[in-house]
Amino acid sequence: MIVFDNVVKHYPGGYTALDGVSLKIETGELVIISGHSGAGKSTLLKLIPAMERPSSGSVWLNDQDVSRLPRRAIPYLRRNIGLVLQENRLLFDRTIYDNILLPLIINGHPPGDAGRRVEAALDRVGLHGREREFPSGLSGGEQQRVAIARAFVNRPSILIADEPTAHLDPAYAAEIAELFNSFNSAGVTVLVVTHDVALFRHWSPRRLALAHGRLMEE
Amino acid sequence: MRNWLYLHGRSFLRALHRLGEQPFGTLLSALVMGIALALPAGGYILLDNVASLARGVSGTPEISLFLDETPDVAAQTEDIQHKLKAEPAVASIRYVPRDEALRQLESNGLGDVLGGLAANPLPDAFVVTLRSDDPGVYDALTAKMRGWAGVTHVRLDSAWVKRLSALLELGRVVLLVLAVLLGLALVIVTFNTIRLQILTQTSEIEVSRLLGATNRFIRRPFYWFGSLQGILGGLIAVGAVWLGVVVLTEPVARVAETYGAVIALTGPNWQQSAAVVGFAAALGWLGAALSVRRHLRGA
Repeated sequence: MIVFDNVVKHYPGGYTALDGVSLKIETGELVIISGHSGAGKSTLLKLIPAMERPSSGSVWLNDQDVSRLPRRAIPYLRRNIGLVLQENRLLFDRTIYDNILLPLIINGHPPGDAGRRVEAALDRVGLHGREREFPSGLSGGEQQRVAIARAFVNRPSILIADEPTAHLDPAYAAEIAELFNSFNSAGVTVLVVTHDVALFRHWSPRRLALAHGRLMEE
Repeated sequence: MRNWLYLHGRSFLRALHRLGEQPFGTLLSALVMGIALALPAGGYILLDNVASLARGVSGTPEISLFLDETPDVAAQTEDIQHKLKAEPAVASIRYVPRDEALRQLESNGLGDVLGGLAANPLPDAFVVTLRSDDPGVYDALTAKMRGWAGVTHVRLDSAWVKRLSALLELGRVVLLVLAVLLGLALVIVTFNTIRLQILTQTSEIEVSRLLGATNRFIRRPFYWFGSLQGILGGLIAVGAVWLGVVVLTEPVARVAETYGAVIALTGPNWQQSAAVVGFAAALGWLGAALSVRRHLRGA
């Protein structure tokens, strides 16, 4: 369960990204967050893996106050959260296989088990057989699928994605949306920030809208 | 434990891969380290050769114990020999009976002088060598021997031992200062190399952080990188010293021959070589550790 309790986030220079946001997301929900540019959507997502800290209020994840977590505990928190960013943040000097393997190495998985998980993840995103290729040889949609495989290979309980379909053509975007829905069907809590709410309408997700740092509708 | 070893293995391979990615830069840094280390390492080997050479030219320093004249020579000799054997600093003991001493003097051309004497004036004696070159050890043992019953006189030719020891000590201090200064330079070289590495790996570091990597995980490959670079530098230093020994052996032998001496230079043994490589690895690790702490504060 994720709880935002009256969260305010100011950035240096006086810009307020979030202004008193309170919400509760139950385990296993599929949540779509929309809003205009600068509405605070990305900030909202970044507070969950402690990429940002709230200026006031608190963010709770399964009874753990993430906003007051000591620095040394943050890596362990992030290992339970799959993260897909707008820029896929792949390592272009490593193969697709090595990119997906990285979170498993970080998490200390034994090599044999890690290898099987990477293969399964590649299969899931439709890139089986291409593991020795480098990300630079893939299309935008394929790169995003590698990023998604990397996000869920560790079998996280929460998957958060910031504009995962932003630069993709409609066919690729629909494939990505389908992937997120399949994870949610497997019991993973999925939060997706997107401008393209229609992509997910088919699965009747819970919809949140942000405007000027405030939660406008739920 | 297995996982820890696995992670170190991966970091090691990653560091090796990074070294291989820039062969020219790696070679250049290793050469700088190797040449810098070769100076104190070569100096140490030179000092080692000088010490053994000096011993060869001047002979091993000896302590002579001259014994009292006594009716029970056998018991006295046995008692002193027993005491000498109990001394841990003693390397060898040679008993020289007075008759043998006389024969030695006669064979040295003093037969005519000694022939005029009614009886053999020489005492029985022990000639002792020590394990150490330290003048302090010689002085302490000589003082102790003077107090033994049955010993009438103890003679120590310590002047050259002291002179040699002082010279070797001076050489060691000079080398130590040189090693510290060059070691510092090597730490700075590694510090800067790792700084550049961190700059080129920024994206990987950021991604690793987002995926839950701990500080240790992020820093580990850089420690290995610094250590590996140090090991390469150390190997180059050992190679350079060996090359120096090989090149100098013949000219030094020719010079020595003109003085009627036989000199064979020796290179570093495997323990000394391992010490140089280990020291270089430690310097590389230190440079990497300082750099990582300075440039990865957030990691």
